[in-house]
Amino acid sequence: MLEVRDVKKYYPVTGGLFSRHLGDVKAVDGVSFHIEEGETLGLVGESGCGKSTLGRVILRLEEPTGGSIFYRGADITGLGRGELRALRQEIQMIFQDPQSFLDPRMTVGQSVGEALLIHGVRDEREREQRVAEILVRVGLEAQHALRYPHEFSSGQRQRIGIGRALILSPKLIIADEPVSALDVSIQAQILNLMLDLRKEFGLAYLFIAHDLSVIRHVSHRVAVMYLGKIVELAEKAEVFQNALHPYTEALLSAVPAIGQKKSRILLTGSVPSPLNPPAGCRFHTRCHRVLPVCRHEEPGLKDVGGGHLVACHLH
Amino acid sequence: MGETILRVKNLRAYFFTRRGIVKAVDGVDFELERSECLCLVGESGCGKTVTMLSILGLIDSPPGRIVGGEVYYGAVNLLECPREQIRHIRGREIAMIFQDAQSALNPVFTIGDQIAEQVRLHLGLGHRAAKERAIALLDEVGIPSADEAADYYPHQLSGGMKQRAMIAMSLSCDPKILIADEPTTAVDVTIKAQILDLFLRLKKTRQMSLVFITHELGVVSEIGDRIVVMYGGRVAETATASELFENAKHPYTVGLMRCLPDVAQARDRLESIPGTVPSLIDPPSGCIFQPRCDRALAVCLKEKPTPVTVNEGHSVFCHLYSR
Repeated sequence: MLEVRDVKKYYPVTGGLFSRHLGDVKAVDGVSFHIEEGETLGLVGESGCGKSTLGRVILRLEEPTGGSIFYRGADITGLGRGELRALRQEIQMIFQDPQSFLDPRMTVGQSVGEALLIHGVRDEREREQRVAEILVRVGLEAQHALRYPHEFSSGQRQRIGIGRALILSPKLIIADEPVSALDVSIQAQILNLMLDLRKEFGLAYLFIAHDLSVIRHVSHRVAVMYLGKIVELAEKAEVFQNALHPYTEALLSAVPAIGQKKSRILLTGSVPSPLNPPAGCRFHTRCHRVLPVCRHEEPGLKDVGGGHLVACHLH
Repeated sequence: MGETILRVKNLRAYFFTRRGIVKAVDGVDFELERSECLCLVGESGCGKTVTMLSILGLIDSPPGRIVGGEVYYGAVNLLECPREQIRHIRGREIAMIFQDAQSALNPVFTIGDQIAEQVRLHLGLGHRAAKERAIALLDEVGIPSADEAADYYPHQLSGGMKQRAMIAMSLSCDPKILIADEPTTAVDVTIKAQILDLFLRLKKTRQMSLVFITHELGVVSEIGDRIVVMYGGRVAETATASELFENAKHPYTVGLMRCLPDVAQARDRLESIPGTVPSLIDPPSGCIFQPRCDRALAVCLKEKPTPVTVNEGHSVFCHLYSR
């Protein structure tokens, strides 16, 4: 359904008297993956690993520096404005912070129905009707359309965000940390809603999150990102029971879990700067299983069997 | 059982706003023992931070006011002692660190200077001795090459390092109690593991008591000795960590545990607690959890629950267990 091939996004850094080009922040540096119809791909990584940038690039909210993106066989990297608009009926996004994406001066009905207007539903009655339907579907009430965003709790606002993304009946939703700003009891409600909607509308998700337990709950396949690159990509069960990349191992062992005080792999230091990533494997500065070869040679993403991809010299 | 060093009794802190009285903390009791880690758990707005701020006399007044209760640190009631004395206790005997290390550090001074200032102020050390102590503290919290790092400004440090610098600062006067308000919420999992490890080490080496405020049950299970679950400004359940995770009684605690997705095993569907946290201006009558509780009884609508002892050290505020 969606195929991403070697996508790159660099942000140039300039400075000095003539704004010379000093280097690039390589936020996303050669990422490839695909998503099938009705599938959820979980994208997990720490802050600054480029996962959100990747999500925005797919929707062309950011222009990719290189690589190409295919949606149902068609290259969408060079689409113009009109074609992009048509594309966004198919692909929609849910954001982390429901506070910031809703216009405080628009009623919920206007916010949710805005996309319908842009996409040519001129009849006001029809718009109201469809907004009411979608609000009920995401667990709100039809009359909430007349209220303003500040009247809602953060969980309800995230429901509005989901409704807004769903109003055009998209097929793929890019969800960027949709539950990380919510309390656990509300987080469970939203996750359940997203899973119900997946079934009901046959949605595919690119689910971006830093929380491994959330990723495990929603995903079919999981991609782990580190410093702009995918280091491991496999079926969910493979990643969680048979993680091969040392970074994935460390991430999994770092999750505080209830009831078990396990031995954990403590990573030292923090993520290096994407402006000047380490030579060789980008993870070698923090890796607990580093080999001499890791310092100068960058490992490629290899299939080690059964579609389990890993970028590591150990395998 | 160790010696109790902090005893909070029926603490009530209200905020008087134009829209009404917010009963942020409404009758909270707990005790803290020497060198134990007590975790205050609950969702946002349940009063866990306000509880600890009231203990240190740090809530903004107006609109906030402590309307009742006692907080005994040793033999002193912190709520009644004069400002001078509480300033002496705060920082020196009881230290607090905040969630957002970024905003708690002053951007225009080096971290070494900021720590040294505390040491000079509270312990009366000279400039050079204070600087040396600052470096020793930075070293203790695991900042590499501490003597150089002392000359860094906060923006030169990563999030995890800033959190460590904050911890070093809070330790500067060898406090007996360290209150940590969501210290691991804003950092990534790998950094979170490092910081939790540091807290456990400090607790052991310094024989210090920790009060850990968090909303993450996973963190609680890693670090907590005893747990206070809060809901709507009141205590819902208190127990030791192992007891709570095996034998949770309050429907809210049970619900919280069920609605967590688990890394170790996949579940089909998460159970969720319906509804949202109640308004503290106009709280529901009787038990404050009753509108969201799936096991509510008739009595829950009318009467506030009183504590019921389940086991030694395990008490629950719920009518289900009162017979």
